[in-house]
Amino acid sequence: MKFLKTKLAIALLATGLSFSAAAADITVAYDSDPVTLDPHEQLSGGVMQMSHMLFDPLVRFTKDFDFEARIADKWERIDDNTFRFTLRKDVKFHSGNKLTADDVVWTFNRLKTSGDFKAIFSPYEKLVKIDDYTVEITSFEPYPLVLQTATYIFPMDSKFYSGEKDGKDKSIIVKHGSSFASTNVSGTGPFIVTSREQGVKVVFERFEDYWDTKSPGNVDKLTMVPIKENATRVAALLSGDVDLIHPVAPNDQKRVIKTKNIDLTTVAGTRIIQLQMNQNSHEALKDVRVRQAIVHAINNEGIVKKIMKGFATTAGQLSPAGYPGHDDSLVPRYNLKKAKQLMKEAGYEKGFTLTMMAPNNRYVNDAQIAQASASMLAKIGIKVDLKTMPKAQYWPEFDKCSADMMMIGWHSDTEDSANLSEFLTMTRDKESGKGAYNCGHYSNPKMDALVNQANAETDPAKRKVMLQEVEQILYKDAAFVPLHWQNLAWGAKSNLDVAPIVNALNFPYFGDLVVK
Amino acid sequence: MFTFLVNRLFQALIVMFVISLVAFAIQDNLGDPLREMVGQSVSEEERQVLRDELGLNDSYMEKYTRFIGNAVQGDLGTSYFFKRPALEVILDKLPATLELVFGATLIIIFLAIPLGVYSAIHPKSTWTKIIMALSSIGISVPVFLTAIMLMFLFSIELNWLPSYGRGDTINILGWETGFLTKDGLLHLVLPCISLASIMMPLFIRLVRSEMLEALSSEYIKFAKAKGLASNKIYYQHALKNTMLPVLTVGGVQIGTMVAYTILTETVFQWPGTGFIFLEAINRVDTPLITAYVIFVGLIFVTTNTIVDLLYGVINPTVDITGKGA
Repeated sequence: MKFLKTKLAIALLATGLSFSAAAADITVAYDSDPVTLDPHEQLSGGVMQMSHMLFDPLVRFTKDFDFEARIADKWERIDDNTFRFTLRKDVKFHSGNKLTADDVVWTFNRLKTSGDFKAIFSPYEKLVKIDDYTVEITSFEPYPLVLQTATYIFPMDSKFYSGEKDGKDKSIIVKHGSSFASTNVSGTGPFIVTSREQGVKVVFERFEDYWDTKSPGNVDKLTMVPIKENATRVAALLSGDVDLIHPVAPNDQKRVIKTKNIDLTTVAGTRIIQLQMNQNSHEALKDVRVRQAIVHAINNEGIVKKIMKGFATTAGQLSPAGYPGHDDSLVPRYNLKKAKQLMKEAGYEKGFTLTMMAPNNRYVNDAQIAQASASMLAKIGIKVDLKTMPKAQYWPEFDKCSADMMMIGWHSDTEDSANLSEFLTMTRDKESGKGAYNCGHYSNPKMDALVNQANAETDPAKRKVMLQEVEQILYKDAAFVPLHWQNLAWGAKSNLDVAPIVNALNFPYFGDLVVK
Repeated sequence: MFTFLVNRLFQALIVMFVISLVAFAIQDNLGDPLREMVGQSVSEEERQVLRDELGLNDSYMEKYTRFIGNAVQGDLGTSYFFKRPALEVILDKLPATLELVFGATLIIIFLAIPLGVYSAIHPKSTWTKIIMALSSIGISVPVFLTAIMLMFLFSIELNWLPSYGRGDTINILGWETGFLTKDGLLHLVLPCISLASIMMPLFIRLVRSEMLEALSSEYIKFAKAKGLASNKIYYQHALKNTMLPVLTVGGVQIGTMVAYTILTETVFQWPGTGFIFLEAINRVDTPLITAYVIFVGLIFVTTNTIVDLLYGVINPTVDITGKGA
């Protein structure tokens, strides 16, 4: 009898275990939650992460910046300006409607009206339906980044979002104030939202008719809670209140690694942190030798080691490894002796004073990095008058390029080198919007031309050469001080298989998450 | 009494008006709300269009008149982040904050009064010295440090208590309460202790000194001489008179505690008004900031007025009309 009981218990235990492996219920803590359920309202990390849970893009990035089929299962370039996507035929929206080419066309047209997203789609003239499951996208000029931009097309349920509610168009995009799309959602994604209390939690549950039946993901219910404080977020993980957290501050990583049954997963990030040297506001910075001296004086390797606790990749250029413009030969240049030499050559042996500004709550350890840089510059006689401030106050200052040196971090929306130059190093031009974040006022017509050329080159090999040349020019001209690319880190209980679903874009594919 | 009320109301109105002016004046210096609303690659022109739409480019007077015009109708603006009326958001989050303050108040009442009384009755005992030393430490350790240490000990190391949020809540007549579920109560423990830790030393010391004063007064000496049981002297006669000033100070301090919740709530990710206020500052959600400042101002003005009124009731020798005396 006793034997039977034990056997029964084991059997029960086994079924219980297998049951829990088949259907997992997890809680995830991020530092913020999406401001809206409308995927086109704001181009931000939070909204993109949500989009990957509630919707599916035509294609998506893999970990090594390649592309993976989602709603589109085939694609081909027809000519320099035209690209064709073939859609899956078995995709259903949460509302029960079937996805067709009409939904993709509708979504594209809506994206064109979205303040945040239209810049990404400005190279395109139109997207047209060929048949129910085929669409063609046409650009004004030859355009190389069609697949990159297709990762931003998350087909929306056109029938669900059409019509009127309370006298207002359901499809309208509202930035301030509420709209139908900001609180109601019908996508094709692995999850549906079952409850949402903004700033407190969002509950996602698995969509039963999800098309991707091959997905290994077994999360049935995912509760996402925002936890703002780094220390609290880590405490929530270590105490077992949540299963997965992001981000994990550099100071907390050792602790996460050391804790039993909790793992840290890191991915080399692509956000470049740099200091710009304003040639318009400070005479000395016009001299390339002075700029070179500054780049040589700042020990960014030391910053990565000491301040970032190794939680970043030291940078010598804009493009991280994996981007077409990345050139392995452009390494970090810390060399104090050479820096002093360059200052002497430029006639600034006695040094000078300049102002520097940096945010103190935007990038990881931003204020400490700025302080360290300032004291490193003191070694070559440059006295830095540093001011750090919260990002809310920093951005208006950055818009005015208020200081001689300003810190900025940039992540390319297209995961492509050209985007980095377009915003950070190309000649400032109000009309075209190029160089909008170029507070260095660096300007080199040759480099401008190369970036523009690369943006119209559809041959990846040729394009790579052009973009690498751009990086070489920037390196030689010391257009800015490259610091590092911030890494990304997730802390999770060991039974969560986090590594396969996270990527440098910081869009975890939670639909594919396996909980053992 | 009536003149007093009218007077106080008039004063309160002026105070509220000044608060609204100040709350409104600071918002231009908090940063650019647009940055939090749009992606990084949105052009300056686009942002200007949005600014116009939001009326951010109007002059201070234009904005202020529009704001006051709406405010008298009960509309304090719409939060950029929550996309709902700011006042509604605050009222929504208020139960969480009030429960936190209530929990902390309970702890203070049930700990500060006995400890204060004990240390007054036995001024030379070792326990008194320990209590006094601890309260000195308590008053000098900042609340976020207390909170983090508590969390480290009880959530991470001992794993007894949850580390963040409110846990399960039950909705009773529109009030989300955590006091009626086990999970909710467990979630209340650490935040309440941290919040109470700020006020506790003050109250222990207050109760102690008031009690000491009462104990040295004539009527207690007389009671002792009469041969009354010391328990009766301490708890019936002395304590009663000790409680008067404690109540007055307590009323005002509970108002202050609402302000202290900002730090406690942030550390524990407690979804109350203090937390959303700090968040609103980070997000430059100006309508919500303005509404919160005005709302808290209103709480202070109201509690102070009530305390003044109560004072007259409790202690009839105080002439609140300010005449005669």
